[in-house]
Amino acid sequence: MILDSRIPEGPLAEKWDKHKFDVKLVNPANKRKYDIIVVGTGLAGASAAASFGELGYNVKAFCFQDSPRRAHSIAAQGGINAAKNYQNDGDSIYRLFYDTIKGGDYRAREANVFRLAQVSVNIIDQCVAQGVPFARDYGGLLANRSFGGAQVSRTFYARGQTGQQLLLGAYSALNRQIAYGKVKMYPRTEMLDLVLVDGKARGIVVRNLITGKIESHSAHAVVLATGGYGNVFFLSTNAMGSNATAAWRAYKKGALFANPCYTQIHPTCIPVSGTYQSKLTLMSESLRNDGRVWVPKTVETAERLRRGEITVKDIAEQDRDYYLERKYPAFGNLVPRDVASRNAKLVCDEGRGVGASGLAVFLDFADAIKREGQPAIAAKYGNLFEMYAKITDENPYERPMRIYPAVHYTMGGLWVDYNLMTNVPGLYAAGEANFSDHGANRLGASALMQGLADGYFVLPYTIGDYLAKMPYDKVPADHPAFKEAEQNVIDINNRLLSVNGQRTVDDFHKQLGHIMWEYCGMARNAEGLQFAKQEIRKLRDEFWRDVKVVGVNEELNITLEKANRVADFLELGELMVDDALHREESCGGHFREEHQTPENEALRDDENFAYVAAWEFTGVGNDAVLHKEDLKFENVKLTQRSYK
Amino acid sequence: MVTYPIKGISPDMSFLEMMDVLNEELLLKGEDPVAFDHDCREGICGMCSLFINGRPHGPERGTTTCQLHMRHFKDGDTITIEPWRAAAFPVHKDLVVDRSAFDRIQQAGGYVSVNTGGVPDANTIPISKSIADKAFDAATCIGCGACVAACKNASAILFVSAKVSQLSMLPQGKTERKTRVENMVAQMDIEGFGSCTNTGACAVECPVGISLENIDMLRSEFIFAKATSENL
Repeated sequence: MILDSRIPEGPLAEKWDKHKFDVKLVNPANKRKYDIIVVGTGLAGASAAASFGELGYNVKAFCFQDSPRRAHSIAAQGGINAAKNYQNDGDSIYRLFYDTIKGGDYRAREANVFRLAQVSVNIIDQCVAQGVPFARDYGGLLANRSFGGAQVSRTFYARGQTGQQLLLGAYSALNRQIAYGKVKMYPRTEMLDLVLVDGKARGIVVRNLITGKIESHSAHAVVLATGGYGNVFFLSTNAMGSNATAAWRAYKKGALFANPCYTQIHPTCIPVSGTYQSKLTLMSESLRNDGRVWVPKTVETAERLRRGEITVKDIAEQDRDYYLERKYPAFGNLVPRDVASRNAKLVCDEGRGVGASGLAVFLDFADAIKREGQPAIAAKYGNLFEMYAKITDENPYERPMRIYPAVHYTMGGLWVDYNLMTNVPGLYAAGEANFSDHGANRLGASALMQGLADGYFVLPYTIGDYLAKMPYDKVPADHPAFKEAEQNVIDINNRLLSVNGQRTVDDFHKQLGHIMWEYCGMARNAEGLQFAKQEIRKLRDEFWRDVKVVGVNEELNITLEKANRVADFLELGELMVDDALHREESCGGHFREEHQTPENEALRDDENFAYVAAWEFTGVGNDAVLHKEDLKFENVKLTQRSYK
Repeated sequence: MVTYPIKGISPDMSFLEMMDVLNEELLLKGEDPVAFDHDCREGICGMCSLFINGRPHGPERGTTTCQLHMRHFKDGDTITIEPWRAAAFPVHKDLVVDRSAFDRIQQAGGYVSVNTGGVPDANTIPISKSIADKAFDAATCIGCGACVAACKNASAILFVSAKVSQLSMLPQGKTERKTRVENMVAQMDIEGFGSCTNTGACAVECPVGISLENIDMLRSEFIFAKATSENL
């Protein structure tokens, strides 16, 4: 298989404009003859569905939550980047492009990232026009802040709830199209299979989560905007329902899965407090603008602190190690996420961690409060401080927060070309569900930008190019291909319901998460990965022999829903390990212990690994087949990332 | 009503983690777990509900159920958990209710009619900081339905007013302010929510602090709109 990324010819800055002119258009009167399915209603899905509806296509949109407004984009806190240069501090489209390519450790496509930077400015305009209440200065103009890994202030924000406000904006645009009848919304409905007819994506099979009814929906194109797969780790900052099932089942129907081992570990989360823990809560990294990260200088002090013999206040300034400021003076506490996470792990591994478990570092606001006063800090981060206090029962205005890295985002996902189409004709992937723009590491405030770029400004152009070449004919939903896919879904559900074993779904999920975090997390090595692969295979076999799923299909069955998702995680986990094993380099947050610089920084191998690893399904239990898309860098020079 | 005894609950557990523990025990016994809605577990998605000891989202003010921790209960307590109670929120199963009425109210007018593209540069619409902040406060509604559950009349007016006042305050929303409030209020009535009798229980129980001022604003917007209706 040859992976054609379909990147347009011409100079970088002109590719997208040229492509927009070259793509085929669908006559306005003919758009109503085409049906598009959009799965997922987060930033990418809601914005795409709304924009398709505005253009005149017939859209069916699906989400597993009770309302499209619940999608997990809503939980994004910090902000959204845009190269507006409103602050006159040297920002430009090229600089945003450059920062994003570099931040991704040179493992993303230049053309995609440049387009992302170009449309970033349109996103802000669009959101403001919808009534999104971004933060403003006293003059009434939009405010910006700087965000992890950037030396300019280009991040737009709405207090610590930027994702919520952007999603509610997209949700309102979606609602308008639902009211017009251009979008038909199916909440509490989960996609369980993709349907191909003559090699093209022509629909999906879904389960109604209230009645259990298995139904088919036919269309001319299918867009998966189903988010990431961070929940493979069980504990992550993802919502409880976030899952990989739609993307995974598309993979099993022939779509390639790219860079599955690229997961982002976010440095500032509330540490784990017990085995009952169901999820991890993120503290926006905007906190690193004012908070200083430190641990005690010596293991001995850290031990006394953990035993409760001394308190934070007993540790004098000279006995504290502000390790990010010490090691990376140019960026200090604002180093990119992968660097901050890896260093937190490093100091904890040395025994200098804090908190009962020793798996935490301090994020201290004492200096900022002294400098600006508590009200100013409360105005910036009030809701985050409150959230921290609620969860930990500690007051972060009085004592430093304890933070530790946690799985937050997955850069890997379905392989897509420049048009965001997978290798399956008519199947598109948008937002976190695709692999395209973040390379091996995502910079802060880039996820919201990419989700909305894909949905508002890329797909509405590129999907027309595909549809314009499609006949209007609809495939009836009782076509044999649909019947076969429905039967496949019914069989899987029956199999899950009939095992009647001894272990719960969550029990398996937790064990899988533990394997992934230990062996395929922030630091990996070949031996550990090979071990993890065997462990996952054993666990998967045991799952199908011993899982307990109660009830029947024809009802609201929360255990069956979860069992389907965990069954897929048990397969995806193995592919992540395979991908991590084959990538003999350290890039982004993926630290292969065998590959490091003398200063213990990540050591890339551009000679051999500057490619996208796209995996093809060959059957459960068989090794997936690797296809490579070489990354060509014509505009940026590949350098070892340095934040010193 | 079923009573389940449960042991080994840590004060640091969230309320929903306590429910997870209960469900794991039930599953191992081969019993049906208790269905409840939840998703983000960080207080922002609005999916969790639960009427706990007679209060929506439980005893802590300004907190969703997922952010409520067991340290607020005493060992040995019997905790009463009910679904949201409102005719407009029919129960699907156990503690899961149907809140799609909220979506239909938003579809009736909770938006600014702009298509993707073709909008002016963001900074050509200056908005004073105080207005932007007020609009933001109204826009933080998470759509959980606690206001309806708290109200003896099951009125949705706080929910509706949050969106109406957000968009009425902002210049972007002014063009449609009259039709918006008329249509959203009409849809609220169609859905079967009760009338507001000014008890203020909704704002007391709102987990994100949506203020009663929004209801004042909705009323003045509504009267103004009715007097000079553009629903022609």
